[in-house]
Amino acid sequence: MSERSIALNRFGLGARPDEPEIANAPGAARDWLSAQLIAYDPQPPPLRQAAGSAAILNDIADYQAQGRAVRTSKFRPDVSGQAEPSSVAVGDDAAVALRRRARSALRLHYVDAVNARVAAALVSRTPFAERMVHFWSNHFAVSADKISVSPLAGSFEFEAIRPHVMGKFSDMLKAAECHPAMLLYLDQVVSIGPGSVFGRRPRVAARRQGLNENLAREILELHTLGARTGYSQADVTEFARSLTGWTVPGIGRRIGSREVTGGSAFLPELHELGTRTILGKAYSQEAEAQAEAVLHDLAHSPATARHLATKLTRHFAGDTPAPAMVARLENAFLRSGGDLPTLYRTIILSPEAWVTEPVKFRSPWEWSLAALRALGSRLPDGGSAVGLQEQLGQRVWRPGQPSGFNDIAATWAGPDALMRRVEAAERLAQRAGATDARALASTLFPDAVGAATLDALDRAESPGQALALLLVAPEMMRR
Amino acid sequence: MLDRRSFLVRGTLATLTAGAMPRMAFARAATQKRFVFIIQRGAADGIGTVMPVGDPAHAAVRQSFAEDASAGAKLDGMFTLHQGLSKAAQLYRQRQALFIHAVASPYRDRSHFDGQNVLETGGASAYQVRDGWMNRLLDLLPRDGARAIAVSATMPAALRGGNEVASYAPSVLPDASDDLLQRVTMLYQGDAQLYALWSEALSVRGLVGDQSEHAGRESAATGRLAAQLLLPADGARIAMIETGGWDTHSGQRARLAGGLKNLDSMLAALQLGLGAAWQETLVLVATEFGRTVTVNGTGGTDHGTGAAAMLFGGRVRGGRVIADWPGIAAAQLYEGRDLRPTARLDDVITGALSAHFGLDPDRVGTALFPALSGRAPTSGLVA
Repeated sequence: MSERSIALNRFGLGARPDEPEIANAPGAARDWLSAQLIAYDPQPPPLRQAAGSAAILNDIADYQAQGRAVRTSKFRPDVSGQAEPSSVAVGDDAAVALRRRARSALRLHYVDAVNARVAAALVSRTPFAERMVHFWSNHFAVSADKISVSPLAGSFEFEAIRPHVMGKFSDMLKAAECHPAMLLYLDQVVSIGPGSVFGRRPRVAARRQGLNENLAREILELHTLGARTGYSQADVTEFARSLTGWTVPGIGRRIGSREVTGGSAFLPELHELGTRTILGKAYSQEAEAQAEAVLHDLAHSPATARHLATKLTRHFAGDTPAPAMVARLENAFLRSGGDLPTLYRTIILSPEAWVTEPVKFRSPWEWSLAALRALGSRLPDGGSAVGLQEQLGQRVWRPGQPSGFNDIAATWAGPDALMRRVEAAERLAQRAGATDARALASTLFPDAVGAATLDALDRAESPGQALALLLVAPEMMRR
Repeated sequence: MLDRRSFLVRGTLATLTAGAMPRMAFARAATQKRFVFIIQRGAADGIGTVMPVGDPAHAAVRQSFAEDASAGAKLDGMFTLHQGLSKAAQLYRQRQALFIHAVASPYRDRSHFDGQNVLETGGASAYQVRDGWMNRLLDLLPRDGARAIAVSATMPAALRGGNEVASYAPSVLPDASDDLLQRVTMLYQGDAQLYALWSEALSVRGLVGDQSEHAGRESAATGRLAAQLLLPADGARIAMIETGGWDTHSGQRARLAGGLKNLDSMLAALQLGLGAAWQETLVLVATEFGRTVTVNGTGGTDHGTGAAAMLFGGRVRGGRVIADWPGIAAAQLYEGRDLRPTARLDDVITGALSAHFGLDPDRVGTALFPALSGRAPTSGLVA
């Protein structure tokens, strides 16, 4: 791969034919990347209409209320003794219909957000920065498998990740952990301090409701320090205690509050009071200041630096992270206090990220963006982005696990996945109209189109077929 | 890589329409001898095809596969031919079919991609030789006398090289999708990772739905087409046909039976189409390597080593199975799993082609397999 091709594909999301080309001059590729760190727009036009988490939470609350109405109508005691069965049935249908409508409203939030995300990635002039958004969103993965998380997944990325992508890791960490989507996804909304005001109520104590360690554990294992870095079960439990109080009022089991506030909140009556000892350090802060102090320390820990450096190296320099680059990023992270643009500049300057052989097998998400950008697509055709991602085998914001989508070839380089790409390529190419695949090839991969690909494009029986072949060429499959 | 001339020839042929016979502007061929190579891509199971039922270990190692022997054609005291190959059995009785068992190319590492590269280029190892041995064979035949054609939309490696080679797809125009799949196969041929994934994807796709009847018709049509291309006085003299679906890791009994039936239909159509020219025709069927001797946990076999090759034709000294049989008991296997190769495929090809075209075996061996040493071309394969 040429430097320009590496910048466009490994760092970026694939070239667009209507984008200005990177100059074929020494240093131009790196300059193009560095400039994006400044030009990055946290809220580009395609995202400006996206629903915020407050509105979405109200819709979730409506949906929950419809659910309660359905249950109430079903179990309503027959007070008259002579009630006409049909009238009860009508009442049921109405409640069910309302609930169905509320459910489709939630589904729509997910679809709208996916399409907004795809559109932003397709038209972006700062594709390297967009890649970083996707990277961090996956690092702090929420999964839309949960009905309450699905409509919020987009707002999580737009509100907690995007504003901090060119900021400090500690700020992103705080924003991510306190976002309603994360609190719902990792069960923080059902965690109750056993010794809290709420936890000591006889009814609560009798049900043995209490601490939920899920969020605390995943923060330590996935979001900051990394697995097996020396924290103990006691650290997890203590951290979980300090996190109690954080919830999404009025959503889910509505513990502590029935009122929807349109966001997350710290409810003191759920919080376990007292000094907590985590990783050998005592935290005596009160209320939400305590977990905030823990998060701050975790964000600046050397283990966190190593964990993030390893993941970033894997993302830009190959499935097996090069130790020298990991060490370089680790130092950059610690010296800068977790300044993310400093990390990106270090990546741009790392020779390991510029090796000429492709270092990564594109995930379905990456492949779809590269293909759509190559075709000059600006917006997915009416919701097809959701279907396309499903077909390709990587549903947006649905990794199904809090560790996010894997970032190694073994996950994505499968026979069936390849067949799906070929099928998708044929359909996309058929819709694309007349395009000279040969000219496009050198735009997508400047000075980096292989002989086999040129040969295949030459011999294609139609322009559409040539385009389909270009979309599945080896150059497109890797970066 | 294709040379420019062969691309131009194929470029013009690509414009031909389905059903119409290609009018190929070939000079009248100076030789009437024809040679057809049918490649079995995916490692066909030689032990399942030419079954060594006389081997004391056969019933034990082949388990349920051994049941197929009862329906097959008994070839001699040792071997029985799979029942799917009924035309081949008939040719065997007419002494026009010859089977060579426990045969292998020099390749030993069990990758389809590399194994097919060695089989087609004639190298000692993958990518060592750039062009194909069938292309180099043209150098040995009378000038303007021999043209080669690939009976497929893409150019197989065996035919690639400095001599012009045409290609022509089977008369039934594949739908756009199938054509794309075929071109993707071609596109990935130089990419080991993608080629391996893609081969697997295609073999899985082939399993979906019952396409056997359709495939049988397709195979016969391909055989008929090859005969049409080879028959005219100014027609092609060398042709290659690609067959797939041999990579039977699971459900082998049904899949192998289907594959052999298709191969048999193709052979029958070829013989019928060639008419009197069958007397001047030599057909070679070979695969990149064999499969494991024992049945795996999914009713299939895995990549192996020794395989079976077949020769058909009017002048083949047939009615024989040539095998220095190594045995298939556990202790006799190559690396404890595969049929031990006791014959060299290159020697078989060199011996058969030199006799068929009346050429000096050493000259043929040097041209077709320049990287191999210790040649001992098999004599007496073709009269």
